[in-house]
Amino acid sequence: MVLKSLTGNYAVALAVKMARVDVVAAYPITPQTTIVEKLAEYIDGGELDAIMIRVESEHSALAAAYGSALAGARAFTATSSHGLLYMYEWVNWVSRARVPLVMAIVTRTIGPPWNIWTDHSDYYEQRDTGWIQGFAMDSQEVFDMTLQAFKISEDPRVYLPVMIGLDAFILSHTSMPVEVPEQELVDEWLGARTQGFIIDGSEALIHGALSSPEYTEEFIKDMGKAMEEAVEVIREVDYSFGRTFGRSYGGLVELYKCSDAKYHLVLMGAWAGDAMEAVDTLREQGYSIGVVRVRYTRPFPGEELYKALSSSKGVIVVERGVSFGSMGPMFLDIAGNMLKYSRKLPYMRNVIAGVGGVNVTYKDFEYIAKETIDYIESGEEPSVMTWYHARRSK
Amino acid sequence: MLVEVLILGRGGQGGATAANIIVSAAIMDGLMAQAFPFFGAERRGAPVKAFARISDGRILRHGMFDEADVLVVMDQGLVRTNYTKEVFVKDGGRIVINSQRDAGIKSKSFNLLGKAFFYRVDARAIALRNKLVIAGWPIVNTPMLGAFSKATGLIRVESIKKAVMEFFEGRAGEVNAIAVEEAFNEVEEFNPIDV
Repeated sequence: MVLKSLTGNYAVALAVKMARVDVVAAYPITPQTTIVEKLAEYIDGGELDAIMIRVESEHSALAAAYGSALAGARAFTATSSHGLLYMYEWVNWVSRARVPLVMAIVTRTIGPPWNIWTDHSDYYEQRDTGWIQGFAMDSQEVFDMTLQAFKISEDPRVYLPVMIGLDAFILSHTSMPVEVPEQELVDEWLGARTQGFIIDGSEALIHGALSSPEYTEEFIKDMGKAMEEAVEVIREVDYSFGRTFGRSYGGLVELYKCSDAKYHLVLMGAWAGDAMEAVDTLREQGYSIGVVRVRYTRPFPGEELYKALSSSKGVIVVERGVSFGSMGPMFLDIAGNMLKYSRKLPYMRNVIAGVGGVNVTYKDFEYIAKETIDYIESGEEPSVMTWYHARRSK
Repeated sequence: MLVEVLILGRGGQGGATAANIIVSAAIMDGLMAQAFPFFGAERRGAPVKAFARISDGRILRHGMFDEADVLVVMDQGLVRTNYTKEVFVKDGGRIVINSQRDAGIKSKSFNLLGKAFFYRVDARAIALRNKLVIAGWPIVNTPMLGAFSKATGLIRVESIKKAVMEFFEGRAGEVNAIAVEEAFNEVEEFNPIDV
């Protein structure tokens, strides 16, 4: 094990290299570009025995990765924002074909106006595609989650593609120390690729042809079942990763100072670290609060969140994205999923912030938390959904 | 302990590289660190920022900041044009400037939130002396790291030199490490003109 300084993007690239992928197909888009640039360097320098397929668009990038994966190759691609939107047809095709594959999404605001900074709108828009979706907080977790993604995707109970989200710049371009394990240990833990079926010309097999509605429904229901089983697979993989490499994250959700917390900040991504720092300060000031960091949004960790939040005095879900005409996508998921366990929900508030890449710091989280807690403690109920910056500038 | 370092320079001067070298050197000293460039468009020659954080524990916060514990200024012209007023220096902060002795640095060119300690080193002269010139520009980012090490005492100069030699392999690494050492020895505290 060595400690290396890696940006989020380089952490992805190193994990992909150590997973010994066979094929990388990608098209450059900021801020994802340095992932595939680094992979190209690895291949060029003979450090990674893989094929880099140069394509003319993201649509073709995922198609090429899919074709390779279909033929039995461990394949990878990465993209951001408009690139992801351009490959949208293939995003759906790959998951419905049940082909294991890993893709990194360096989250970036969708234009116009043209914008390269992080919000989670591109990532959120993928939530109904049937991909397993994880979101990392720092370079170490990016590295670990990328390795884990191959294991989860290639588990026979799952056979679904996995996308890993990481925030543009505040994670993708930020250097941090990362513990890098020995290659032999990674090989042993990850094992050889498995997949449901292989099309390599050795036997006749029809795939993706017309099917009756009844059979199609069976395929779709089976995807739902695989997604449900993925909950346990993600927990298992996190556990076995911890046993082998000494780091685990608590499964689909990380709890920070929650054991005795009365109030909870819920969020995902790099800024969860800033929220944790705010919680440290708030606790010094006597506020009983913890952070619930969502690591996976598909499958959605309803059970974990119900356990963590059901007896909360106030749940503050802070999100870098919004479903126009509704609310934050994660807030809707939390509220809906908790109803599976109880009709009685705690007080919940949805704060939309940092959209368009607006900088949000630990100071903002202190403000957001205090304001909501002070409202509730004084017996008042603030609005369920609010835009943080619009409200502050009034 | 959490120290936030802001590096002001010009696009192409290597401020982001310097921030990255700080992380590698900090790891060698058993510290945690973070580095990132300004998130946005950058142009060669235009004023730019790079950021670093150094801590003895896990660093949780992310993102840009405008209040520095340590301000590194890679071009004295940025003081003259008051670009240094775009950011703030915290009470007890340290300011390390690439400048000549007669540059006439004034305290009013900075937003000081309390007492600040000023240091200067002629990184340009060190670069020229060691023939560290690329495309007509003296390489000042590595000597500034030597000055940073001496002025702040945060990271050992041996670690900075080792990180520099890992970053610039071979002969280039050796010459840059010499520049680090010379700047470490030549940096001096000074009092800015108080008008």
